[in-house]
Amino acid sequence: MSRYSALSLLRGALNGQRHWQPAWRDPEPKSYYDVIIIGGGGHGLATAYYLAKVHGLKNIAVLEKGWIGGGNTGRNTTIVRSNYRLEPLHNLFEFGLKLWHGLSDELNYNVMFSPRGAMFLGHSDADMVKLAERGDAMRCDGIDADLLTRDQVAKLEPLLDMSRDARFPIQGGLIQRRGGTARHDAVAWGYARGADSLGVDIIQKCEVTGFVRDGDAVVGVETTRGRIGAGRVGICVAGHSGHVAGLAGLKLPVESQTLQAMVTEGVKPMINSVIMSQSLHCYISQSDKGGVVFGGDPDNWPSYAQRGHPMVMEGAVAQGLALVPALSRLRMVRTWSGVTDMSFDGAPIIGETPVRNLFLNGGWCYGGFKATPASGWTYAHTLATGKPHALNAPFSLDRFERGATIDETGSGPMPNSR
Amino acid sequence: MMLIPCPHCGPRAQSEFIYERTVDSVVPLDAPTDEAMTKLFTRNNPRGVDDEIWRHTYGCRAWMVVTRHRVTNEISECRAIGPEALP
Amino acid sequence: MINFSFDGKVYTAQEGDTLAAALLRNGIGLVGRSFKYHRPRGIMTAGVEEPNALVTVGEGGRTEPNTRATDVFVYEGLVAKSQNRWPNLSFDIGSVFGFAAPALSAGFYYKTFFGSAKKWMFYEYFIRKAAGLGNAPTSSDPDRFSQRAAFCDILVVGAGPAGMQAALEAAESGKRVILVEQDNILGPSLIRDGQEQDADWINAAAARIRAANGLILTRTTASGYWEHDLVTLTQRLSEPGQIPQNNVAQRLWHVRAGQVILATGSIERPMAFAHNDRPGVMLSQAVRSYVRRFGVVPGKRVVIATNNDDAYKTAQALKEAGAQIVAVLDARPAPAGANSGHRVYNNATPLSTKGARHCLKNVSALVDGATLEWDADLLAVSGGFTPVVHLHMQAGGTLDWNADAQAFVPAASRQNVTTIGGAAEPQPIFKMASVAKPKKSFIDFQNDVTLSDVDLAWAEGYRSVEHLKRYTTLGMATDQGKLSNMAALGRLAEKQGVAIPEAGLTTFRPPYTPVTMGLLAGAGAKDAGAHVRRLALYDLHAAKNPIWQPLGYWFRPRAYPISGESLAQAALREAKAVRNNVGMTDVSTLAKFEVSGPDAAAFLEIICATTVSKLAAGRGRYTFMLREDGFVFDDGTVWRLDENRYLLTSSTGGADRMATHISYVRQYLCPHLRVSAVNVQEHYAGIAIAGPKAKAVLTTLIGEEPPRHMSTVPAVIAGVPVIILAASYSGERAFEIYITASVAATVWAACEAEVLHIGGALYGLEAMEFLRIEKGHLVVGGEVDGRMTPHDLALDKMLNKAGGYIGASGLARPALAETGRRQLVGLEALEGDIPEGSMLVSNEGASPQGHVSAAAFRIIEGGSVALGQLVDGFSRHGEILIASSPTRGQKARVRVVAPHFYDHAGERYRD
Ligand SMILES: Cc1cc2nc3c(=O)[nH]c(=O)nc-3n(C[C@H](O)[C@H](O)[C@H](O)COP(=O)(O)OP(=O)(O)OC[C@H]3O[C@@H](n4cnc5c(N)ncnc54)[C@H](O)[C@@H]3O)c2cc1C
Ligand SMILES: [Zn+2]
Repeated sequence: MSRYSALSLLRGALNGQRHWQPAWRDPEPKSYYDVIIIGGGGHGLATAYYLAKVHGLKNIAVLEKGWIGGGNTGRNTTIVRSNYRLEPLHNLFEFGLKLWHGLSDELNYNVMFSPRGAMFLGHSDADMVKLAERGDAMRCDGIDADLLTRDQVAKLEPLLDMSRDARFPIQGGLIQRRGGTARHDAVAWGYARGADSLGVDIIQKCEVTGFVRDGDAVVGVETTRGRIGAGRVGICVAGHSGHVAGLAGLKLPVESQTLQAMVTEGVKPMINSVIMSQSLHCYISQSDKGGVVFGGDPDNWPSYAQRGHPMVMEGAVAQGLALVPALSRLRMVRTWSGVTDMSFDGAPIIGETPVRNLFLNGGWCYGGFKATPASGWTYAHTLATGKPHALNAPFSLDRFERGATIDETGSGPMPNSR
Repeated sequence: MMLIPCPHCGPRAQSEFIYERTVDSVVPLDAPTDEAMTKLFTRNNPRGVDDEIWRHTYGCRAWMVVTRHRVTNEISECRAIGPEALP
Repeated sequence: MINFSFDGKVYTAQEGDTLAAALLRNGIGLVGRSFKYHRPRGIMTAGVEEPNALVTVGEGGRTEPNTRATDVFVYEGLVAKSQNRWPNLSFDIGSVFGFAAPALSAGFYYKTFFGSAKKWMFYEYFIRKAAGLGNAPTSSDPDRFSQRAAFCDILVVGAGPAGMQAALEAAESGKRVILVEQDNILGPSLIRDGQEQDADWINAAAARIRAANGLILTRTTASGYWEHDLVTLTQRLSEPGQIPQNNVAQRLWHVRAGQVILATGSIERPMAFAHNDRPGVMLSQAVRSYVRRFGVVPGKRVVIATNNDDAYKTAQALKEAGAQIVAVLDARPAPAGANSGHRVYNNATPLSTKGARHCLKNVSALVDGATLEWDADLLAVSGGFTPVVHLHMQAGGTLDWNADAQAFVPAASRQNVTTIGGAAEPQPIFKMASVAKPKKSFIDFQNDVTLSDVDLAWAEGYRSVEHLKRYTTLGMATDQGKLSNMAALGRLAEKQGVAIPEAGLTTFRPPYTPVTMGLLAGAGAKDAGAHVRRLALYDLHAAKNPIWQPLGYWFRPRAYPISGESLAQAALREAKAVRNNVGMTDVSTLAKFEVSGPDAAAFLEIICATTVSKLAAGRGRYTFMLREDGFVFDDGTVWRLDENRYLLTSSTGGADRMATHISYVRQYLCPHLRVSAVNVQEHYAGIAIAGPKAKAVLTTLIGEEPPRHMSTVPAVIAGVPVIILAASYSGERAFEIYITASVAATVWAACEAEVLHIGGALYGLEAMEFLRIEKGHLVVGGEVDGRMTPHDLALDKMLNKAGGYIGASGLARPALAETGRRQLVGLEALEGDIPEGSMLVSNEGASPQGHVSAAAFRIIEGGSVALGQLVDGFSRHGEILIASSPTRGQKARVRVVAPHFYDHAGERYRD
């Protein structure tokens, strides 16, 4: 792997940038791997990377039906934070956030993680108490969180509508300063390049279409590029979790729904942090290229369509404009959507399945990008040792039937009430 | 935005309806615990056709089962449910 | 003559000019700067695909950055400014990035700026400043945007000859037709290419369509094609930056069409060669538009480069307008162009251009292997035609490859859409040889992506078209890749050694052209799309100027301060009135359901986790409801009004959820029961009267002995029939009075008079919180947070032993019976005030074992008390903990106690 640096770029300037090698190989699948990871999103690639790097496994493949990073990894609004109320969640995400802070160096690939602050707005005294509760829960577990007064919020984001007679007047906020955004593609590509350099085979255009069984165990996968044997198989396919698990005869506590996002034409800097709201269902940030990135609620009905719904989109824009009226004359240039795997308590699932040698990483709903390093790390541990890491132990698949759900919003098993 | 053929009102914009849950999630009142939890916590979630329960919330308010393709959004059937006494 | 300004200088335009036409008319070649290298750019097209000529139009809250000069029609007083340059357009410091271009190759930022995240943020600060294009307005939008729904049998998109003809035929056969055109005239391509009689035909056709009740909308773009033939249209009622008539700047249409006909034509492609981005290099059809439609001749000495016949029309038009055609470079072999009457070079492709910042001076080309050059001030290029298939693809359609045109054309669709005209049958072109010198051969002009960037991405393994796009940023600019996609695919196919259709295809997503955010928001931006519901007694409260509190979509009085009281002072006074005397409050927003019929009790015993059927008529009880997973999700009271008629109340915040739940159980799970469950939340207004003197007040009001605790009677107050429920949330003897909302004011007035008469007070939500916390009553959204079982809340003794209620099986899950669960406790401060929402820790720095869900003060004795959730809390009474709020720098030492601080035995309910 040729190292990336400013110097190597300058060298390239003299030779027409001709010295670069492919960031990853394009290998033919082998007949057997010790571990096969299904899904070349950020989570799958990070898992492969840590399996090789931390656990020293040599014979690993990532199978991707399309092109790596083309799923939700390449479609999300890239908000990275660990400001969750419940302990298992903020512990997992905080572990990830720590990894984010050193990720560009770790991968020698600039993932452009930008801790510009992730801020929740509060619109009433009740909101502010809820925010304080969340912040206190984090702070007591050693995670940064600060309550902001109205004035502090206004100073950080001068374009917010601070009028007292707004429908949802802004009363203050809770900021996690170490949170922010990152460049989604770079995360997939950086992990891919890192994994590839450690010998992982990344095989694109290779869809898993079935499982090879030996009794109660999985011993390989059927793919569009033939049968491949495996010691252990890890599913890591986000919105397609239900479909792929179904190939192994499993039914999951997951419903696939579409989540859309959109971006405006690029403008000079106007939004400084990541703005989220307790009462409004939208989140706003500005990309390095200047586009204001917007997201809202999921479409709230089952779908694999990867197409958004105009009303949901218009609703999210209305809420965003209520917060930042100056967005009114910008133009939305692109909308897109991803198929998210909505779990039945809103928390991810990382661990064993009832089928021997088959593992699952899914149920990330609309919030798994921020977890990419933590998800990869813990899943790698689980795949390498056959047992969960302490951080992902609470996120087992059997927690639903046992009654040990991790329900951040307290809204129960129906994803559309979340 | 889909066009849903409400059995009582005829085709109406999706924005008048709310999706409630899938038919396979319905927990019968007399289901034993195991079955009830399986119903509640697992889904077929097919990348294809499934039966869904929608409600014409901002219309006639009736409940209905919509048979829909999850990728193409084609609706092959929409049937009324509820007490037979409903007009 | 129309006056407008560009970068502060005033110019004049002709009626009907686009800003681009007007700038060209005034000899302005340099209009903008590119995104990355800040290269000088001019006007390249005459349509929505323009990548270069982006300007900021308008002032104040009407400022529209990144407006394509080709897509705004000049109006009197239009103010346009160039963007992405400093200090000015001509001399732009940012153009130093151009010198660094060899190092700033595709994806360079992935390869450098390492170090801590903070370090990246340092670089990022400068990158962000250099990026973006125009500036967003900083003041709010003075205009409105409207939305409209429409239905039609046939929606025709594009008023070219094909679209006009289709619309005409449909309208005259009796169909309801809508015809939309993004331009401000009908048939712009006919005006560009046709004769005088063609203009007459357009006018006649339009008149006939209108006569047949067809609707024609110009300046209207079909921007999104959604499910089941729903198309969104964006209609400009005023130009960017213009003060609209009637305040409405734009209108958004949601059109449900029986059938959609796409007659969207095609977009001309540029050619790739070095310095093909210079002002003075334009698309051939655009040149023709300027000449024939706008009467502007953008050059005097013109070279034309083409791979098709169409460009000869441009040559002809220019010649007729008096320009000199110095050469036609035709990529095709002889005899192509032989009879055109121009100096045609066959097997000729452009190589490079020279010029200054503002203009083109020289064109060189490879002709049969030899390099030739010409002095010229305009280079008109035609690299072929890309059908506008965007809407077809948004509708989920597939594409076919048309090798003659080297273009994708619409194939099958699962929606009811057909494509006609140039979009279906693009003109044939000649497939050009690969460009040998990819440097500075731009394909995405706005984002400064060259063929060599594509080559680099390929070499580095970014080989799928999506990787290529994302790595190079190709197609991500405001023109959404309208000009660049095919060039990139072509290069990719060459690299792979396959035909273009095998190289892949990117998807087209809405919108077709960028859409103003304010338009999408419509009127919703004002109230964030969240309506407010008004209390039936709103006016009575408002007259007292209370502090309001938002609660769901309601606003309720939080306290009624008098003579300068603070919220806390007022709430304490109000709560004391309830404890010592009597108070009244508005409880109208509570969820209420009237359940009747022979099976009403059976039905309620499915909804409620407590017994119901044991209630005697005229009696009521506390109840709670479980979700199917066994967690408590709401609570309230249930009353047997009659033999077969019950009233169920539950929380305000959960009202909609409960209504849906009840309806689901009724309609889906229990269609066989003989029961009716009606949501009467807003049918009844509610008044609560509480305090030691409440009974006396009620006796006066109804003229008889009021019902005893947990009983109900019908009564009459001030001549109005009411239902009286003797229930208490405050912990005092109390009554809830329910009245038909429309006549509730009379009853409120009578109650208020009596309450005030005996020295009582109105109280709001804040006092109610104090009262209920002290009493240890639960609140949904507080103690009942969706994660607590009946056992956790010490409600398990009330569960219906017979089972059969919803949630019974969820509750049987093993983990819900394990130790280590959070349980409801009371907390008493030993030191300090207990912060609401704070964490319960055993010592500073320890992980939380629970939290404070609600905090208040003992109303009479004073002292801070609270309710909370604590791990295994039931067995920890007496323990001392810290309630810690690091975010607020507050803490208190607390003792864990039972969650009741007031009259645990319920003495005060008894008469
Ligand atoms: C619009 C949107 C906005 C979001 N915003 C945020 C945000 O701001 N912050 C945040 O933290 N999270 C966000 N998320 C969620 C986040 O994107 C995901 O949780 C996360 O990226 C999931 O990563 P992944 O690697 O598991 O999935 P993916 O990136 O989707 O990868 C799964 C891969 O599996 C492949 N695959 C599927 N089936 C098969 C098969 N049979 N064989 C082989 N391969 C297969 C897919 O092609 C895909 O590449 C958002 C999601 C969306 C859609
Ligand atoms: Zn209906």
